Amino acid sequence: MGFGESITRVLNRLFYKKHVRIGIYGPPNAGKTTLATRIARDWGATSEGKISPIPHETRSAGKVENLEIIAGNGHSVTLDIVDTPGVATKVDYAEFMEYGIGKEEAIARAREATEGVAEAMHWLREDIDGVIYMMDAAEDPFMQVNIMMIGIIESRNLPVLIAANKIDLPDANPQHIKRAFPQHPVIPISCRDGTRIDELYDAIVQTFR
Amino acid sequence: MDGVRIDLISQDRFVMLSAHEKAALVLSIVRSGTIVILENGLTPEEQAELIEMTMSEIMPGEFSGIEIETYPAPSKVRGKGVFSRLLGQDNPPRLTVIGPANQIKTIRKDPDMISAWVSSQIE
Repeated sequence: MGFGESITRVLNRLFYKKHVRIGIYGPPNAGKTTLATRIARDWGATSEGKISPIPHETRSAGKVENLEIIAGNGHSVTLDIVDTPGVATKVDYAEFMEYGIGKEEAIARAREATEGVAEAMHWLREDIDGVIYMMDAAEDPFMQVNIMMIGIIESRNLPVLIAANKIDLPDANPQHIKRAFPQHPVIPISCRDGTRIDELYDAIVQTFR
Repeated sequence: MDGVRIDLISQDRFVMLSAHEKAALVLSIVRSGTIVILENGLTPEEQAELIEMTMSEIMPGEFSGIEIETYPAPSKVRGKGVFSRLLGQDNPPRLTVIGPANQIKTIRKDPDMISAWVSSQIE
């Protein structure tokens, strides 16, 4: 190795900003699209994801590319964020009808949702360097999809950061999530009002840099 | 007599099957309205295969998916590091119950106890 090449490697180590592809995963209605939208807005991009109380509103993966996130200590990481459809083991079209959606559209949504879940699993297998796993801090962290997905992510040796979302809700208990998954960093946040979102950005840089 | 059929599948029955074959076997049994109990559960890779295959099998009005119940990994295993992973000791599969989503519901789940409701009537 020549002197010039060594200098280049040292400079790269000092100044290179790593570019990674991060998937936002979690069960339906955990706030994945709200987070993707907030990250995009906070770091100068736009996200076209639709935020809705109806489960499986996100039925195909949405991407926001080349986001540079800077932590409070000045370190940074450049990310492509993939907002994935909520992962579930069941999709019942009748659930959509409870939100006033007609049967025909509900069936079409159910079909799209099943394709979306399969797509999310495909991304996890092929194209993701790390995961932000979203949980609703007001829900039971031991729900089966959380146990399965954290296990699947761990088996693929992907770095994972758990976002305990919706801490603005009165029933929220992020400590319950921390006790359930002590092996991973858990950041309590509210994507809706931005509470502690800066801590999440610091953790993103620390985990995925 | 009305009732629910339960198939208990031993580890021996599963040991020679690939992830795809295990998922296909479980789904074919569950689709017939039977509850499956797996002696040793599924690995994360097999669970991922089962989720993907389930999504491809869902037919609105006929089959809405599956409900799976298993214990979370015990905390002493969850806290282990690189060496236990190298030895394959992290997240060992545990006894698992799988059934049609419209016939089995979780009532309560704790790290060491699961309560579920099984219905013989398809909702």
